[in-house]
Amino acid sequence: MALDPTQPYELHSQVALRPEPFGALAYHYGNRRLTFLKSVEMVDLVSQLDRHPSINAAIESIGIPVERRDAYLRSLVALEASEVIHAR
Amino acid sequence: MLVDQLKTGLDAPICLTWELTYACNLACVHCLSSSGRRDPNELSTAEAKAVIDELQAMQVFYINIGGGEPMVRPDFFELLEYAIAHQVGVKFSTNGTKLDAGKAVRLAAMDYLDVQISLDGATAEINDKVRGVGSYAASIAAMENLAAANFGPFKISVVITRENVTQLDAFQAIADTYGAELRLTRLRPSGRGADTWHELHPTNDQQRMLYNWLLDHPQTLTGDSFFHLSAFGEALPGLNLCGAGRVVCLIDPVGDVYACPFVLHDEFKAGSVRDSGGFTHIWRGSDLFTSLREPQSPGACGSCGSYDACQGGCMAAKFFTGLPLDGPDPECVFGNADEALALVGTGSAPSPGPGHSKPVSVKLSSRPTSLALHR
Amino acid sequence: MGTNKNTTAITTGPSEHADEIVDDMLIEEISIDGMCGVY
Repeated sequence: MALDPTQPYELHSQVALRPEPFGALAYHYGNRRLTFLKSVEMVDLVSQLDRHPSINAAIESIGIPVERRDAYLRSLVALEASEVIHAR
Repeated sequence: MLVDQLKTGLDAPICLTWELTYACNLACVHCLSSSGRRDPNELSTAEAKAVIDELQAMQVFYINIGGGEPMVRPDFFELLEYAIAHQVGVKFSTNGTKLDAGKAVRLAAMDYLDVQISLDGATAEINDKVRGVGSYAASIAAMENLAAANFGPFKISVVITRENVTQLDAFQAIADTYGAELRLTRLRPSGRGADTWHELHPTNDQQRMLYNWLLDHPQTLTGDSFFHLSAFGEALPGLNLCGAGRVVCLIDPVGDVYACPFVLHDEFKAGSVRDSGGFTHIWRGSDLFTSLREPQSPGACGSCGSYDACQGGCMAAKFFTGLPLDGPDPECVFGNADEALALVGTGSAPSPGPGHSKPVSVKLSSRPTSLALHR
Repeated sequence: MGTNKNTTAITTGPSEHADEIVDDMLIEEISIDGMCGVY
């Protein structure tokens, strides 16, 4: 599956985010999958995806350093695979 | 490391077990909650809904409803629907005796609901020895009813014993027949399990065989109950950590909160949901849970190179076999507890007490009593 | 669904920084049934 960071994405409507000291728990009520989001920036990013015209714009808006962006994108690929996020 | 953060506990459980009733129409030999007779002090429907409200506020995503037999509670469906309507996903565990065709259809229409059918033998011969005559047939009938109602994938949950550990492939075949998920779990010396643990728990050779089978079948659910076997080598899937009081706990039918379902004993009771502050205060501030979230000392296991893999095993297994909690698990794969276990005097291990057992239970050593399963 | 033809698409696959991938994963998936203490 190909994640396209130039496209708009959003958190799946069946996913609940529960803040934690390390970031957040994301639970998908539909497929019962539980994902740990391990940084506060990752939590901010997935929460705000729906407010931006693209993943790249969201990453830019949150201010993720350029050298860290690959890591965030790789994690977003995994989140799309488990249906936590999807293209909107 | 994520696991390290979880050991110190979270502000809310990730998942928990809620035993709705001590009433049960079966009398399994190894029942970890010593169930049978309803407790007159059970939480009322209103009290149960108040607990659900707290779970919703804490964002507990998923609970396992059990018992006893939860389907015997008259408000069973009412509470199920209330939980689901309040963002609490539900799995419930049942012996299947009450899961008739009509109930299966009703369950199939509900969303965010998982069903787990108990089965402790791939044949009636093995199953009924621990669960009673007719119990195998009841479990299979429930599975048939769920299939006929197009419920979708359900779970089959097995407690592994010396007698059924040779039936792993047969269990898988039953699960495959129904498109169900197979779940294998560990026998603990808890509840009535204390009486027969020594005869029923798997031998170390059988543990090794089970461990290899689990590695070969990584899609098998285990509830992480075999993390003590990770000392054999490659870690099994799962967190490999005791979640009790840290990420999970148990609420019992009268509202008492325990660290987990395997330690229904005052030593591991954190409080009652009926106390002021309710479940939330117990989870966040009880002395017991606070102490479980402190770093645990490896104790006698400190000199063993495998401690990181097995964490010293299960506190319930140690507690109810009379072993010290800061030492090896009674089923330590290296046999490190064998000597100490042999020295535990008869009757000196902490007793779970009679609990809510009915006077007559299935007795392992005699022919199983025929139980009136249809009331 | 993203289009595979888009040249900006990111796919899972080998990277020259394989070790960093493991260290950098900002998410971790755990089975909801993967915590001991639930029967």
